[in-house]
Amino acid sequence: MELKSSMAGNVWKIVLNEGDQVEEDQDVVILESMKMEIPIPAESAGTIKELKVSEGDFVNEGDVLAVIE
Amino acid sequence: MFQSILIANRGEIASRIIKTCKQLNIKSVAVYSDPDEDSPYVEEADVAYPLGGSRVNESYLNMDKIFEIAKEAEVEAIHPGYGLLSENASFARRCEEEGITFIGPTPDVIEKMGSKLSARKAMEEAGVPIIPGTNEPVETVDAAKEVANEIGYPVMVKASYGGGGIGMEIVKSESELEKAIESNAHRAEQFFGNGTLFIEKVIEDAHHVEIQVLGDHHGNAVHLYDRECSIQRRHQKVIEEAPSPLLTEETRREMGEKAVQAVKSLGYRNAGTLEFLVDEDQNYYFLEMNTRLQVEHPVTEEITGIDLVEQQIRIASGEELAINQGLVQIQGHAIEARIYAEDPKTFFPSPGTIEDLIIPKEEFIRNDQSIKKGFKITPFYDPMVAKLIVKGKDRNEAISRLETALSMYKVEGIKTNIPLLLNIAANQAFQDGNTQTSFIQEHITNK
Repeated sequence: MELKSSMAGNVWKIVLNEGDQVEEDQDVVILESMKMEIPIPAESAGTIKELKVSEGDFVNEGDVLAVIE
Repeated sequence: MFQSILIANRGEIASRIIKTCKQLNIKSVAVYSDPDEDSPYVEEADVAYPLGGSRVNESYLNMDKIFEIAKEAEVEAIHPGYGLLSENASFARRCEEEGITFIGPTPDVIEKMGSKLSARKAMEEAGVPIIPGTNEPVETVDAAKEVANEIGYPVMVKASYGGGGIGMEIVKSESELEKAIESNAHRAEQFFGNGTLFIEKVIEDAHHVEIQVLGDHHGNAVHLYDRECSIQRRHQKVIEEAPSPLLTEETRREMGEKAVQAVKSLGYRNAGTLEFLVDEDQNYYFLEMNTRLQVEHPVTEEITGIDLVEQQIRIASGEELAINQGLVQIQGHAIEARIYAEDPKTFFPSPGTIEDLIIPKEEFIRNDQSIKKGFKITPFYDPMVAKLIVKGKDRNEAISRLETALSMYKVEGIKTNIPLLLNIAANQAFQDGNTQTSFIQEHITNK
């Protein structure tokens, strides 16, 4: 499953690493947009298979941040 | 008087400063980042220079680039607006070194009032009431416990260099204190580069009321009365009005006098604002001083008829204040609503392109903005995209005009907080002036 960005912004923090277990609603990435932190949580539980972004990257709405299996 | 001024800011405030420059026949020099190239203020200015880059560090906070442009354009003064470099003492100091007038107070005063702790001390010395709490940094959890026990819970843990609600937290009991100290020191260090904390008593059911002041280089000082800015979300103002519906005439007069006393004690030059918390019993406590023009300055301009940007420029050029206290009179009531590009329920930002825009125009409406149809609201800056200001003969008329204006306002393509603003205007508690800082949580979000 692809975890997508809900808005344009900078990747402020990556909370989990590839291979980590993730619970439903657990934050995976925190974006920064318009001077506000926006947590992006996992929609369902699984394992982080791949992180598609690095801290500091600029992402657009709909960009894939991570792949969760 | 200056021949030319560089405006080291963007958006609506750049546009606002350009207006006064035009009235005073001063050449206005704008600067802009890549995403702001099409912002209306760039065209409104007499000349505009690109800063390059998108993020503030590459553009509006890039001092080297700003001074390079200031020299090329041969400006005599720089107006910093609000936010960005406006309260940056090193920037003000560098202006002095480069021989350019900084339109604002001296770097020393910016520094002194920039630390909430040293500001508390300065105000105590000036005889202005401060919130019960510590005037020294709280360095250990044990010290924090001691102070908190002395003043009584709930207490507010605050970062001395914090702002925008970051690095502050209400602590209800001793068991929460340790965690609050650690996390806020960490966040303050991360955001402001300084983790110094202090502790204040929580003022319950408080209103946020601030006093606008002006001081010149000749020892003259006046206040321009109060603004009430209690309607906030995430500790940031949403609706501001003048005069405050809470203050009695006696409190209004007293707070004004104390504010002038503070200006004189500080030797403060230029426009500034003293923020206070005021409780239902009319007790008032100094919160902090903003050593710059405020976002909400238009409501004061509307009720006093005084152009604050003009006063700032005249003071900075060395002119003596032409206003004495007796000349400052309140006429009518003004309300400002900040239009934010954000979800009206979650307050999450909503960048995007403005597909359609209808800005209401009536004689009682003032629009401070620098947007247009097709303009792209990017994630790089503050979410405030425009300010809507209305004026009425009294508060009731101003509120009903606010509702009229908001219902005419249309921004398509991005989400805005206009539905929230309409809800507030229609709310009985707001109409009754029952506007504590907890208003949005209590009367809107939790309903």
